[in-house]
Amino acid sequence: MKPAPFTYHRPLNIDEAARILADVAEHDGRIIAGGQSLAPMMAFRVARPQHLVDIDEIVALDVLCIEDATLRIGARVRHSRFVPGAIAGPTGEIFAKVMPNIANYSVRSRGTFCGSLAHADPASEWCALATLLDAEIIARSVRGERRIPVSAYFDGAMSTTLAPDEIIIEARIPVLREETRTGFYEFSRRKGDFAIAMAIVAFGVENGRITSPRVSVGGAEAYPRRIREAERALDGAAPGADAFAAAAEAAAAAVDPMEDAVTDAAYRRDIVRAATRRALEQAMQ
Amino acid sequence: MTRHTIQLKINEQTRTISVDARKTLLDALREDCNLTGAHAGCEHGVCGACTVIVEGEPVRSCLMFAVQAEGKTIRTVEGLAQGGALHPMQKAFTEQHAVQCGYCTPGFLMLTVAALEKTPDMDDDALREVVASNLCRCTGYENILAAVRIAADDMRRRT
Ligand SMILES: Cc1cc2nc3c(=O)[nH]c(=O)nc-3n(C[C@H](O)[C@H](O)[C@H](O)COP(=O)(O)OP(=O)(O)OC[C@H]3O[C@@H](n4cnc5c(N)ncnc54)[C@H](O)[C@@H]3O)c2cc1C
Ligand code: FES
Ligand code: FES
Repeated sequence: MKPAPFTYHRPLNIDEAARILADVAEHDGRIIAGGQSLAPMMAFRVARPQHLVDIDEIVALDVLCIEDATLRIGARVRHSRFVPGAIAGPTGEIFAKVMPNIANYSVRSRGTFCGSLAHADPASEWCALATLLDAEIIARSVRGERRIPVSAYFDGAMSTTLAPDEIIIEARIPVLREETRTGFYEFSRRKGDFAIAMAIVAFGVENGRITSPRVSVGGAEAYPRRIREAERALDGAAPGADAFAAAAEAAAAAVDPMEDAVTDAAYRRDIVRAATRRALEQAMQ
Repeated sequence: MTRHTIQLKINEQTRTISVDARKTLLDALREDCNLTGAHAGCEHGVCGACTVIVEGEPVRSCLMFAVQAEGKTIRTVEGLAQGGALHPMQKAFTEQHAVQCGYCTPGFLMLTVAALEKTPDMDDDALREVVASNLCRCTGYENILAAVRIAADDMRRRT
């Protein structure tokens, strides 16, 4: 189908974008970034925004760098930027492991990291990673700037605490400590399709014991979250089959899985168990 | 609703067209520029039949509005052959029988050409990963992969 009519705006800086959005937000005016989720929704007419504010010409949103041990990701940074080596250390490693699992080569060359956070699909890999890494979302509007911790950001499937007139200008992520090990595993039925569930993990190993474990599960519930029960099962344990099985079991027990026509809760729970164990195993390789 | 008069740089020619904001780049190419090489398959980002190259990147032209392409450099399948000589990718697709009905072919050509221009020395896993981005309902992909491998070698030799 063809998208419904709308008015197109192309601001050249952030202030101008915020001003336009403030004017049009109440008429379902929206930001368009990569358009890789919004354009399909408009084609289906699930979304019929009357105004689109295109932030793709705002060069200031291109920032991708580490400053004061914080990774800054501007709103124009596309999925494809996160190739191996683009970002230093274990933080860069986990971004590079996750990136190829998003959509496909062409979609990754336009879709943006911050757009994924704004869209908040339950199965978004970046949302699960932002959750793992305690990201902070920097939102800008004519009313000023607001920093939203990821723990207070998602509030339902494809729903966030971002106000209609707010633009995500950047995500900020504290970088992982140098020796941190990371792992990622997701299961989807077709290459490039949205995952049924995924797990992303990070932990250190000191004197043969797991330290600072983090486990984030995505795709299983309305939005990703850290699974504290699984983290507790890992903390201080010797890395290996027993600890990983215990953490996987804890994650499977902790989630309240979504159901749909082809995936019931029990099946999704099984996938969470397997994904958590495999992500942990990968982190040791 | 807004209407826009825009300039598009397509295959090294500048064209001026007038489009509604809601018109996709795909529809603008096909309807306003008479370039029907990019095909409309799903029109929501899944199949890749509409793939063109924008500023060096493969792009699903059904997911980009024509107004967003204003001032950008666009390449379509019509611009691949140079002076009657097929591009190495086109040649390999023909010789390896990577084409059956041909509906997906322009999309695969633009996808793989863009990917290999960006990363000429892609290994086989990376090539498979790129090819997995688009849908072909006829060939079963093996001949497409065979063609892309040969074209990759050919493209590396020519640069
Ligand atoms: C075939 C296909 C397969 C896909 N598979 C996956 C997948 O496996 N995993 C995955 O995670 N995604 C997948 N996607 C979606 C893709 O990753 C999108 O790029 C992403 O979800 C949204 O980013 P975007 O920049 O394209 O945002 P857009 O489509 O431009 O916008 C999406 C929404 O976010 C809002 N928005 C965007 N940027 C901002 C901002 N800076 N501030 C405020 N609001 C903003 C928009 O108003 C809109 O409501 C797929 C898409 C396609 C077409
Ligand atoms: S027509 Fe654009 S991806 Fe299918
Ligand atoms: S040749 Fe028919 S769809 Fe690919």
